Amino acid sequence: MSGDHILTVDRLMMRFGGIVAVNELSFTAERRKITALIGPNGAGKTTVFNCITGFYRPSGGAIRLVHDDGRMIQLERLNDFRISKQAKVARTFQNIRLFPGMTALENLMVAQHNALMRASGLTVLGLLGLPSWREAEKRAIDLARTWLDRVGLLDRADDAAGNLPYGDQRRLEIARAMCTEPALLCLDEPAAGLNARESGGLNELLLSIRNEQGTSILLIEHDMSVVMEISDHVVVMDYGVKIAEGTPQAVRDDPKVIAAYLGADEEEAIAVMESGT
Amino acid sequence: MSATSARPSPAAQPSGSAFILKKALISALVALVLFSLMIGIRTEAGPQGGLIYWTRFGDLAALVGTVFGGSIIVELLRQWWGPVDKDSIVPKPVQSAFSFAGRWLAPALLVFTFLVPVIFYNQRYILDLSILVLTYVMLGWGLNVVVGLAGLLDLGYVAFYAVGAYSYALLATNFGLSFWVCLPLAGILAAFWGVLLGFPVLRLRGDYLAIVTLAFGEIIRLVIINWQSLTGGPNGVSGIPRPTMFGIPLTPGDDGLAAKLGIEFSPTHRLVFLFYLILAMALLTNWVTIRLRRLPIGRAWEALREDEVACRALGINTTTTKLTAFATGAMFGGFAGAFFATRQGFISPESFTFQESALVLAIVVLGGMGSQLGVALAALCMIGGFELFRGLDQYRMLVFGMAMVLLMIWRPRGLVGHRAPTVFLERNQAISSDLVKEGHG
Amino acid sequence: MDYFAQQLINGLVLGSIYGLIAIGYTMVYGIVGMINFAHGDIFMIGGFIALISFLVLVSLGLTAIPLILLIVLLVSMAITALYGWTIERIAYRPLRHSFRLAPMLSAIGMSFVLTNFSQVSQGARVKPVPPIITGGYTLHEGSQGFAVQLSNIQIMVVLATIVVLALFTWLVSRTRLGRDMRACEQDQTMAALLGVDVDRTISMTFVIGAALAAVAGMMYLLYYGLVDFFMGFVAGIKAFTAAVLGGIGSLPGAMLGGLAIGLIETFWSAYFSVEYKDVAAFSILIVVLIFMPTGLLGRPEVEKV
Repeated sequence: MSGDHILTVDRLMMRFGGIVAVNELSFTAERRKITALIGPNGAGKTTVFNCITGFYRPSGGAIRLVHDDGRMIQLERLNDFRISKQAKVARTFQNIRLFPGMTALENLMVAQHNALMRASGLTVLGLLGLPSWREAEKRAIDLARTWLDRVGLLDRADDAAGNLPYGDQRRLEIARAMCTEPALLCLDEPAAGLNARESGGLNELLLSIRNEQGTSILLIEHDMSVVMEISDHVVVMDYGVKIAEGTPQAVRDDPKVIAAYLGADEEEAIAVMESGT
Repeated sequence: MSATSARPSPAAQPSGSAFILKKALISALVALVLFSLMIGIRTEAGPQGGLIYWTRFGDLAALVGTVFGGSIIVELLRQWWGPVDKDSIVPKPVQSAFSFAGRWLAPALLVFTFLVPVIFYNQRYILDLSILVLTYVMLGWGLNVVVGLAGLLDLGYVAFYAVGAYSYALLATNFGLSFWVCLPLAGILAAFWGVLLGFPVLRLRGDYLAIVTLAFGEIIRLVIINWQSLTGGPNGVSGIPRPTMFGIPLTPGDDGLAAKLGIEFSPTHRLVFLFYLILAMALLTNWVTIRLRRLPIGRAWEALREDEVACRALGINTTTTKLTAFATGAMFGGFAGAFFATRQGFISPESFTFQESALVLAIVVLGGMGSQLGVALAALCMIGGFELFRGLDQYRMLVFGMAMVLLMIWRPRGLVGHRAPTVFLERNQAISSDLVKEGHG
Repeated sequence: MDYFAQQLINGLVLGSIYGLIAIGYTMVYGIVGMINFAHGDIFMIGGFIALISFLVLVSLGLTAIPLILLIVLLVSMAITALYGWTIERIAYRPLRHSFRLAPMLSAIGMSFVLTNFSQVSQGARVKPVPPIITGGYTLHEGSQGFAVQLSNIQIMVVLATIVVLALFTWLVSRTRLGRDMRACEQDQTMAALLGVDVDRTISMTFVIGAALAAVAGMMYLLYYGLVDFFMGFVAGIKAFTAAVLGGIGSLPGAMLGGLAIGLIETFWSAYFSVEYKDVAAFSILIVVLIFMPTGLLGRPEVEKV
């Protein structure tokens, strides 16, 4: 398989004590495409995410990210905040992690921390209130406003994030991740807990992020209607290893995938087979 | 853990006089056992070095009786008050009145503060007390950066206060540097110590951070006590120069301010000067804090308090963010310490005990974690309340401790229960503190 | 070598006392997840009650020392345990589901209350007692006239610690109460669903912790021959250091940590400087927390994302 890969995961290993959560996993994500990582519960998907986004240090293997300008970054060597700051990888969390006591707008302002930090001359210029800082702040508010509008939360900009309904919080978290202007957006179960209408809206949002911003997306998802509808490429994991990959269509018909889901959870297996048909 | 979960249903509370009596009896019985030896018998080292004792059964009986009566009253009050929701023990109308008052309270308070030396010019005691209150307002605002904004629990704040005080005292007495040169130095040194401590310990979370900062505060105090050649040990440093008004001393001499202005000298001049000095320093602290909150660094502090993991995912360097919060708070503590030294003219390790840290922390928490106005009000209440018990010197800390426990039970989120956003598009609406996190570091 | 052996004995005795206090910290932290700031003062109260009850018994004409000691031990354990129970009831239980800072400040407030309560009720001066248990053994006569001494009181402190610990271990591992405590430590909600009375279990945790602190207080009184109202603060921090060093939440860890702190403090005083012994103990706390925050026997905490 050839193509323009933004992310290459190469024989990734992750051990916790004696337990192997991810075992020699290799896959790639194409630039400006949506790649879905699916698998039964406990397959190790979130662990892979945590390795990519620097929350875990992999026990082995390599994770390479290639930017548009050809700059290559080895994610397994970066950790913590540098993944977002230098490698431009943003993420959301399975159980939403907003700043609940801050307003929606403030949440998006925090996301622009590094750009604003530079603009405020590491606080000194900002403390003096220089015009260049005020300009930068205005631009940041404009960017935040744009994203609030994109996710349909403009009228709730001044409400506390913790007061928003669940679906709004999910979208706000995506908007917040996009405010870091990432090259790769990693979404951990973005459709979890959403109703059918909300999840339809999510599909549109993600497609528009791919088409308009040109951001590559990697997502973990259980909701097969989301996976089947918007993914360009699907990677299936079970017990820490890859068992299949390909187009949504190909994966859905793969007997190994069906077996994995049947073995794990009958309802999920039926959902896999029925959705998209 | 949310405040709303797992509260026992109020309807299940039994009532009736038999129940009240039984409860009061049990309380009295518990009190009897608790106090039997501690109150009933008083020990003292006798004249020959041995131990003597005498009984105080009258006091014991009175105390147990008080507990019995108090228990009945509390229980009656509780039933009369009805089953109350702990979070809204203050009725809604009062709360909204409070938030309305908040809008003009701050300016009114500020104007009044400016006028204090005019109104109370002849009352030394009030001026002295106001200076003390303002010192704690400043300390509270300084610690608020660390605890209220960044959500880092610091139990050793007094260490930075001590570093500031000793920096000024030692630089002034040994090298003859003036207050205005030493003030920034004291702040910088305190901030430096803040970074030095912060660097290794800020990885720790929650209670661990609290206990390490406490230990650090104690280490600083013990070093001050034992490093006698530098600090004078338990005897402290005396003869610390009083501040000058930009070089003009406030003394009765010919080159003093009074002589220069051609007015009669009065010791109150210096007091008034000190008052405006600490007021200016406190207001500077406040201004810088308000300013910082609206800058990326301040937002990062608050975001850190809300969710550290999310901060890391957004590319925020949490270590440096915490360090700046720690250093900023420490710097303000250092300034306040330098002021304390110049005001007292004498400092000793006794002024920098853990109780001092606890007092400032209580001011911040009672103020409502992050609210500038709340901290100022809390400082006023705490120090004012402390003064009320001046006559009962021994009982002061006892009452303070009880007040801390009761205040926490009554208002765990402090006096001002909301947070003002730092930026808004259309509506500047306050956020209920039930949503605001308190940090885990 | 003799000097070293003597310090080793002294350190172990001191460490036993710290260990007994540390267990109270570690138990409460394990179950309620809070630092019981007032625990050091509970230890101080235990010492005072032992002192007063001893005085009363002697003046009542009792002369059999072992009997006196036994009664003093039981009385101080019982009354101090009631202090622990009351404090939990008044200052901590109403805040169980409140914000994290609230119980911490409440505990600090309670610590002030206890310190100043005993200052007000018993006066600020140090209370000395004449040596109650005297005599001892000379283990080794050194060449320069230095002898390694093992006094009876040291033997008693260590023996009492061992007995109390054995009882305590039995309580935690073999009884219904111990099982409930371990269940609450794992998951309070689940324990409640399975019929464990969580409130009662937490109360009992405080009661047991306070009783152990009372034993420590009494040993301190006998060993050093004095108590004062302020002794709880520093002893409390050191015992907490011990609990952290051993791995907070781990009961054997607390004892091990106590011994380690006792030894470190004694050797530091003996070989470096007495003035800085507390600085050494606090520095160790900081170093341990930085380099091995889970302590000697603690479980590592995995960050959940």
